[in-house]
Parts: sequence; structure tokens; C-alpha cells
Amino acid sequence: MATPAPAAAPADALIGRHPAPPKGATWAEAARAEARARLVAMGAPVRRDEYWKFTDPARLTDPEAAAAVLVTDEAPVFSAFERLKIVFIDGVFQPDLSDDFSLEGVEVEHLTDALSRDIHWAKDLYGALEAAGQTPVVRPFAALNTATASAGVAIRSTGTPSKPISLVYFHRDRVSDAVLHHIVRVEPGAELTVLENGPAAARFNKCMEIDVADGGRFNHVRAQGRDHERLAATHMFARLGQGSEYKSFTLTVNGALTRNEHVITFTGDDAKAHVAGAAAGDGAFHHDDTVFITHDGLRCESRQVFKKVLRNGAVGAFQGKILVQPGAQKTDGYQISQGLLLDEDSQFLAKPELEIYADDVVCSHGSTVGAVDDEALFYLTSRGVPKSEAEDMLVLAFVDEAIQEIEDDALADEIRTRLAAWLARRR
Amino acid sequence: MLTIKNLHVSLEEEDKAILKGVDLTVDPGTVHAIMGPNGSGKSTLSYVLAGRDGYDVTEGSATLDGEDILEMEPEERAAAGLFLAFQYPVEIPGVGNMTFLRTALNGQRRARGEAELSAAEFLKLVREKARALEISDDMLKRAVNVGFSGGEKKRNEILQMAVLEPKMCIMDETDSGLDVDAMKLVSSGVNALRDRGRGFLVITHYQRLLDHIKPDVVHIMAAGRIVKTGGPDLALEVEKNGYKAFEEVA
Repeated sequence: MATPAPAAAPADALIGRHPAPPKGATWAEAARAEARARLVAMGAPVRRDEYWKFTDPARLTDPEAAAAVLVTDEAPVFSAFERLKIVFIDGVFQPDLSDDFSLEGVEVEHLTDALSRDIHWAKDLYGALEAAGQTPVVRPFAALNTATASAGVAIRSTGTPSKPISLVYFHRDRVSDAVLHHIVRVEPGAELTVLENGPAAARFNKCMEIDVADGGRFNHVRAQGRDHERLAATHMFARLGQGSEYKSFTLTVNGALTRNEHVITFTGDDAKAHVAGAAAGDGAFHHDDTVFITHDGLRCESRQVFKKVLRNGAVGAFQGKILVQPGAQKTDGYQISQGLLLDEDSQFLAKPELEIYADDVVCSHGSTVGAVDDEALFYLTSRGVPKSEAEDMLVLAFVDEAIQEIEDDALADEIRTRLAAWLARRR
Repeated sequence: MLTIKNLHVSLEEEDKAILKGVDLTVDPGTVHAIMGPNGSGKSTLSYVLAGRDGYDVTEGSATLDGEDILEMEPEERAAAGLFLAFQYPVEIPGVGNMTFLRTALNGQRRARGEAELSAAEFLKLVREKARALEISDDMLKRAVNVGFSGGEKKRNEILQMAVLEPKMCIMDETDSGLDVDAMKLVSSGVNALRDRGRGFLVITHYQRLLDHIKPDVVHIMAAGRIVKTGGPDLALEVEKNGYKAFEEVA
């Protein structure tokens, strides 16, 4: 008799893993209760779910976070940048390591403070974009996050802040199981750059809801690295108003399992969203980018650029969808996902999807998988470039299309330097 | 300097013999030309010497200053002083021309136990060499050979040669795809590098390149072997009578 597939962890077991968040205002408690109800209704994900066919969620649904060894062999990324630093260790805010929250043009508060007020802009946002993003595909870890997060920040940009808000995540407890939820509102015509870096926890569940009002601009650069054994499920939910811009880039190196989801909806016309990622994995590395972009306005532009370099059995997955709603004419949608396999043991899995209900749109997608170009490698080595350096040059060249999506040149160079150093250490 | 003895080479995948006993010695300070019809094995010879994958050396040897180069990796051959100017220089999107050349030069210097050049020293060196070849700063800044015209690619090859200063330069049909002006520019770049210590092996179909780069010795290659060796006049003879007579010899 065949062994039945293991049953999914019940939703309440997932909720029970995390301490109850401090009691908030009535609306906040309602948002948490609704998220709990959503999670109970959808259940925990299992491998046989279509949306999880490339990535086994078992390690994310296990009752305990598996111990993850700490790695502290290099200075954190973005260290040299002017920024407002907000530090969390294993999901707990660190006042001593963080900067003062005051910065002209932006209001920064603790999530728990925002959720405890009867009247607050967070009321229209907390759990709202996450809830909207549960259709047509469920995202149980995001619902879990809204239901249980007891830390995070609420950021509201009203102008042009002089420096980025930098969220820094340290990992100190080998079995930590952290949940963070951030909410971001960019007011009409305002700007904001958010940086994120660090391994965060042995297991990390992070959700960010971003509301970019008309003419607002949001930039996001993230580096997920360091600890080889950490697990992470992250979600970025964005709602983009008329003429707004959203740009997000993620570099992922190391980590046993990372699932990064982007759920972006254009609600106004003439807006832009660029989502990019570069991942370099070696050995026990599983990296999944899952993107869902809904065009529901006129003349909006979306780009998805994802590059993964994999070796020693590392696995990269990409699920990217562009949904064009009826009437979303003149949509310009572009999607490219590429895997570079440095050996025969590694895998790149891709599922590009277009679903289009408007007749005057341009949408294209491409997905390729290949090895290092032997001709180029020979050319470089024939000039005296050592083979390992030549391979690294070609790897950096391969991922550069994704890195070029970063708006700020200095940040782009920081990412290039970081990746080059990682490659050099792996030689 | 470069000594090739009885070199036999087959294609790895097809087990097809391409070179069938090549003998050739290039002394320091001399320019040797190899001429021959399509398919005679000229390009294979250049690739085998530079260390490209896909060929089996079944017999014979090739040494540079007494060192067996066939046992070396391509980058070791480069550090030992061998340079191949490609017939079709490879485009490498995303790798900057300057980064590439500096990594190559410093890779070679490191391998030879010499001090690496700083960014400033390197820039000065490249600018100086580029000026003579009429290579613009813009070309230096672009990705390796990306968006270069045929002539620009060949000039870029000569720039690399000028910066790396190899002992032994092999040029594989450097004249192909060049107009008259570009040919003059490339030739003067090569002639500027001619000195007592450096050897050249110039592979070409046509005599016209040899009007600009005057060879000391001309070899005719046919069917995988060198079938005739002579002075510069031999090139003129080919220009007049074609390769037919030599193919019959082979």
C-alpha cells in the first residue's frame, strides 16, 4: 500500500509557532483576525500545490526552525552608505544599534505603535494589500505573517528624504523563527528608498506592504546573504497609483531555502514597476522567485529581470506572471528569467506566464538556461586571465542585466562588489 | 623561439586529422607568414598553439623557448608570451574592455612573479597604446568587442597585443574584413611591435597584408602540411598562380 502523503500542518499549528503580538487597536485586531481566518481557510501549503511545485514548503511549515549556523566573515553590505539604520536581531528591534527615527520628509514608527492607534494611515494598509494579493493564488505565509507579526516598521514618505531607510537583519540565535511586517506609504509625488540586508533568522517570514500614491517613487534594494543554512519566505505587496514608479532589486547568495514573492498591482495609469533579482547559489541552495504583476491601468510598464547562477547541485526556480485585465490597453510587459548552470548537477526551473484580456498590449517573455560560453572563456584565458577569474567575469556579466535595474549607480556597484567578493571566496 | 615538430592534430569529436606533420621554427625578430587555401589547417594550427579545446594532438610537439606549450593551459601560454590575434574576436557583453585587459595583464604579470599595475598606471599605458591605433576612449569603455565594427575588432586585437607585449604573436587572418585604411592602421600597429626579440606568425589567404607587414619567411600550407617555404617572393607567386599547384604537391 502506498504511503499517504504527509498531511499539511494545520494552520493553527503555524500560528501557534509564534508568540501572540501585543494587543492593538480594534481595527488592527480585526486585521489580524481576518488574516488568521484566511490562513485557516487556505491551510498550509504542501508540495503538491501547483504554486509550490518547484519548492518544497516543508521546511517552512515544520513546527521548529532547523538550526542554522551563523556566518560572520565579512562587513555587512551598505555599511559605507549614508542611511537611516533600523536594526533587528532575530526579528527583535535593537534600539542601541539603530539610528534615531527622525528624518525630514519621512515618518518612521514601530509597527506596534502604528497598530495601537485608533486613527492611523496604517489602517487602510495593514493586511489589506496582503489580503488582496491572496486572489487568485493563495500565499499562506503572508497571511501567517499578518496574523502573527509583532515587530516591523511603518514608514510614510511625504517628501524627498535625504537618505535611504536601511533595514538590517542580524541572526544570532541558531534556531530563531522570526516574523517581521513592514508597511510603507509613499504619498503623492514623494520618494523613498528602502534597503534591506542580512540573514535575519534561522527561519524568516517577512512581509512588506507598499502603497505608492500617484506620482510617488519607491526604490528597494535588498541583499540576502551570509548564512548558508537559513530559510526565508518573503513577500512584497505593492499597489501603484497613477504615474508612480516601483523598483525592486534583490541579490541572494547563500541560504538553504529562499522564496521571494512579489505581488504588484497597477491601479492607476502610466505607472512603472521593475522587479529584478540576481541569485548565486552553491550546493544546498534553493532559490525561488515568484512574481505576480496585475495590469489594471492604461499605459503601464512592467519589467521582470531574474538571473540565477547555480553550481554544485543548487536549484533556482522562477514563476512569473503578467496578468493584463480587460481595458488595460497599451500595457508594456516584459519578463526574462535566465539560469546559468556551472555544472551538470544544478537545476533551473521556470514557469513564465502571460494572461492577457486586452487587445492592444505588448507583452514578451523569455526564459533560457545554459552553461558558460566556451568561446568567451577561451578568449579571456588566451589573453592570460586565469580560468577562475574568467569564469567569474562571465558570471558577473551574465547577472549584470538584473543589477542594471538598480536606479542608483553607487548601490548597483555595491551589489557588484559584493557578488564579486562572494564569487572570489568560492573559487 | 617557437619550434613546432611533426605536429599531428585531429578534431576531438570527429576523429578527423587536420594537421598531418607540421614542422616550423620561428626565430626571435623574424616574421613568418603562412598562406594557404581554405581548409588547409591554418586556423587549426593557431588554435592548437593557443590552447583551444576540441583538438587532439596525436603526434609531435610545440615549444616556446624550449617549454612544452601543449601541456599548458591557455592562460599559462599567454603568461609564457604567446598571443593569438583572433580571426573572429569574441563579443563578450557585460565585460568591460578595460577590466578585461587589466585583468589579463595583471594575471600574466602575477603568473610571471612581476608586480601588478595599479589602475592609474594601467590607464596611462592603455591610453598611450590606444592613441597610436586611433582607438577612442569610448571604445575602451565599451564591453569587449560589443558593437565594434570588423575593423574596430581587429584594432582592438592589436591593442591587446601592444599592451600585453607577447614574445610570440600569431595573427589569424587579421586582414579579413579590413578596408585599406584599417589595414594600414593595423599593419603599422604590428610593425611598431617588431623588434629583435619578438616573433610573428602571420596567417593569411592573401598577399596584400604582406605588402604592409613584410615577412622574412613565407610558408605555403596545404592539406595539413607545410608544402613549400621560401622568401617574400613566394607570396607573389601565390598571388599570381593561386594555390592549385601547391595543393597538387600535397
